[in-house]
Amino acid sequence: MDITTALLSMQAEVSLVAILIIVLLTDLFLKESNPRMMQSVSCILLVVQLALNIVPTAGEAFGGMYHSTEMASVVKTILTAGTLLVFLQSGEWLEREDSRRKSGEFYLLTLSTLLGMYFMVSSGSFILFYIGLELASIPMACLVALDKYRHHSAEAGAKFILNAMFSSALMLYGISMVYGTCGTVYFADLTSALTGTPLQILAMVFFFSGLGFKLSLVPFHMWTPDVYQGAPTAVTGYLSVISKGAAAFALMSILVKVFGGMCEQWSLLLSIVIVVTITIANIFAILQTDLKRFMAYSSISQAGYIMLAALAGDGQGMSSLVYYIVVYIVANLAIFGVISAVEQRTNGCVERSAYAGLYRTNPHLTLVMTLALFSLGGIPPFAGFFSKFFVFAAAFHDGHWLVVFLALINTIISLFYYLLIVKAMYITPNDNPVPTFRSSALMRTSLLLCVAGIIVLGLFSSIYQLLSDVATF
Amino acid sequence: MNILSLFVLIPLLMLLGLWIARNLNQVRGVMVAGSTLLLILSAYLTVSYIGLRNAGATDEMLFTDSISWYAPLHICYSVGVDGISVVMLLLSAIIVFTGTFASWKLQPLTKEYFLWFTLLSTGVFGFFISTDLFTMFMFYEVALIPMYLLIGVWGSGRKEYAAMKLTLMLMGGSAFLLIGILGIYYGAGAETMNVLEIANKYIPTEIQRIFFPAVFLGFGVLGALFPFHTWSPDGHASAPTAVSMLHAGVLMKLGGYGCFRVAMYLMPTGAAIWGDLFLILTTISVVYGAFSAVVQTDLKYINAYSSVSHCGLVLFALLMMTRVSATGAILQMLSHGLMTALFFALIGMIYGRTHTRDIRQLSGLMKIMPFLAVGYVIAGLANLGLPGLSGFIAEMTVFVGSFQHTDSFHRICTIIATTSIVITAVYILRVVGKILYGTCKNPEHLKLTDATWDERFAVICLIVAVAGLGLAPYWVSNVISSSVEPIISQLSF
Repeated sequence: MDITTALLSMQAEVSLVAILIIVLLTDLFLKESNPRMMQSVSCILLVVQLALNIVPTAGEAFGGMYHSTEMASVVKTILTAGTLLVFLQSGEWLEREDSRRKSGEFYLLTLSTLLGMYFMVSSGSFILFYIGLELASIPMACLVALDKYRHHSAEAGAKFILNAMFSSALMLYGISMVYGTCGTVYFADLTSALTGTPLQILAMVFFFSGLGFKLSLVPFHMWTPDVYQGAPTAVTGYLSVISKGAAAFALMSILVKVFGGMCEQWSLLLSIVIVVTITIANIFAILQTDLKRFMAYSSISQAGYIMLAALAGDGQGMSSLVYYIVVYIVANLAIFGVISAVEQRTNGCVERSAYAGLYRTNPHLTLVMTLALFSLGGIPPFAGFFSKFFVFAAAFHDGHWLVVFLALINTIISLFYYLLIVKAMYITPNDNPVPTFRSSALMRTSLLLCVAGIIVLGLFSSIYQLLSDVATF
Repeated sequence: MNILSLFVLIPLLMLLGLWIARNLNQVRGVMVAGSTLLLILSAYLTVSYIGLRNAGATDEMLFTDSISWYAPLHICYSVGVDGISVVMLLLSAIIVFTGTFASWKLQPLTKEYFLWFTLLSTGVFGFFISTDLFTMFMFYEVALIPMYLLIGVWGSGRKEYAAMKLTLMLMGGSAFLLIGILGIYYGAGAETMNVLEIANKYIPTEIQRIFFPAVFLGFGVLGALFPFHTWSPDGHASAPTAVSMLHAGVLMKLGGYGCFRVAMYLMPTGAAIWGDLFLILTTISVVYGAFSAVVQTDLKYINAYSSVSHCGLVLFALLMMTRVSATGAILQMLSHGLMTALFFALIGMIYGRTHTRDIRQLSGLMKIMPFLAVGYVIAGLANLGLPGLSGFIAEMTVFVGSFQHTDSFHRICTIIATTSIVITAVYILRVVGKILYGTCKNPEHLKLTDATWDERFAVICLIVAVAGLGLAPYWVSNVISSSVEPIISQLSF
């Protein structure tokens, strides 16, 4: 196989690298920093990227090092679409005086993490997987610390990088054990080589813990609230959906594909972690009044729900997991969009009390938030209901009905705290609510897309159907 | 296009109409047009259903249709009605129609109120037409969540507490329900979600043993099953008038309907195993609800506890599992739906004038607002089972059906439940005597006026329905009992 065919089979990555270079050059050759220009260029380029890769393709290159299935290709498209939504929302923040100069960096770094995630989801060996993971983590730390003159942001950046390093080290240790016992790091060869010896189980646990940090599963979740709170809101949104989505997909496919022989061991581990994650995160979420911290705990518990689908370990589980991620992306980004819009008008205030009486002044924004919260809480006819049902069905199908039941009980707790925000916006009286305002056109486009997603994704079955059709490992 | 889909389509169009409505008159126009259409549609459906049955249609459900939705999980949008759902649709349409008039002058945010109100009714109608487990469950939940905002924003009293409690308890119920539905689906071989098809399949006894209580409890929470009824008094007391009407009148019937159609129909063995335990709980509901109503001083609380008692009677009759008692249960749903809606409408109208619902502060209203007071007396008499009104027919059928059992356990339960009739008379007559008769002690109340045209219209519609059901029960019970048959035959071994 010569280099051209290899590159052709990884067309999504190649086109993304090209986009990265164009963005870098645009930033270089602009006379003075121009956030609006950067935003339009990046958004247009991402639309092009989406258009180029809309048809799911499978490909293999470099002797199996790179191995992309149709499902992985769909996941990459989804991640790109999510990134586009984040970019549409980031304009208002980047046009602020203190972050104007950094707009080029924001788009560049975000695209690099996206590239890292591309490699993560379409890796055929642990080496490429690890490189992808690092490529996704290190620029992320810079993004988190982008508002570095704000104390919180710098602190969050430091916390993030330390945690990322720690988890990488754990994972590398696990991978080294895999290599030590099997003599290979290629997924295709490992499937039969991993039989469940004690050392291999240890390797699996280390690997799982490493990705557990990325997914912020309990007990590896400690960094999440601080980082979510400290990072700029657009980055938090990106971190909570795109990064998590990629990690969840990668974890599931590696657990099933590579550690498939040790299914009994990891499904027990995963069941316990899921139940603990959802429960702990829900209990802590109730206490939060800072919306970004609140969303951090909410997204920890959502990670638990996502991983329920991984318990199933079959095609149904895979399609449910990816479907859940799609729905989660639109709902969460709608919320972060609203938070970010309100934040720009209230001088960075993200307290729940600031949202009291929002319905009187900004009914449309409130409606967006309400629909998104309902979707996260699993209320029909919004997409979140469908995605929850499918992950429950997938896990139930595989016999984990006790885990499903505990997760279901937790949905009630989660509904309680989602309703607290709804209550603040509609019911709690406030003499001094956020004044009426109109967000930028791109922000409104993004929120509109999110709302359309929340409504359409559930009622029309074509996305889920597509995912079921391409669900392979 | 299937006629039943119109029951979902019309509310959806109403939602759209409300969304674009620019002023109060347009909002009212949309509501009146939509709810009238629904009423006509349900009347037409009833007539054509009876026509088809008389013409010899023997299918279990008529007007069936099915569109594949989520093929990997065999989820379809499938609809169909039998006699039970036809009368439930009729009931819902009447309540939505009268509820519109009962909230004619509601302030503030009228448009938003009607938006959520219509969303709620979409869920209710959708639930009764569905024959697919998933679709049914989806509509069920659609009907629950608007309650939070309807009570939280437009309610009175401890509305935030009541709204949260109601939502969380009902959602807790639906968590049980969801696991039960998954249990049924996979237990029956994961080939179909259609209720009618699952009924012909064999679900292993072990699965039924585990998941029957889950489904029954899930629906039972909404049907105010003791001890999960505690959301109901608080919720009803805080909700605005039309929401109380819709909730007590229709939404609580979703519980009974679901218990019968899903839990008992699909898992008869489970029903046999668990039936006696739940029968004890429902007997407690019936008597406990009635006793609680006696000591309340808030008009809405009295009626809410009375609803606990009467809805308990629905579940009680269903669990008796005889053809007559099950027919009585459906009649009781219908009758209770109408008379409770009437009650809540009247209480809302009285409260709107006197600004108190405390029976210690109300007296002599008969002279001040004779129309409302007479309506109240009629509702009360229907509630305590006066022959000629709907309550008598329903309770009579229930108790006759229940007494068909010859074993002492069922008979003792029946006898205990029968005492509720007497207690009902106590709390109804006590209230009627206290607030309607005597001299008016509060001089402020003497200035109050009687009902306006929109209120009179709503009340008269409901009274006509209550009396109609009481005077000509035969055609209704005929429609119901033929449809109860297949479910009951499933349950008898």
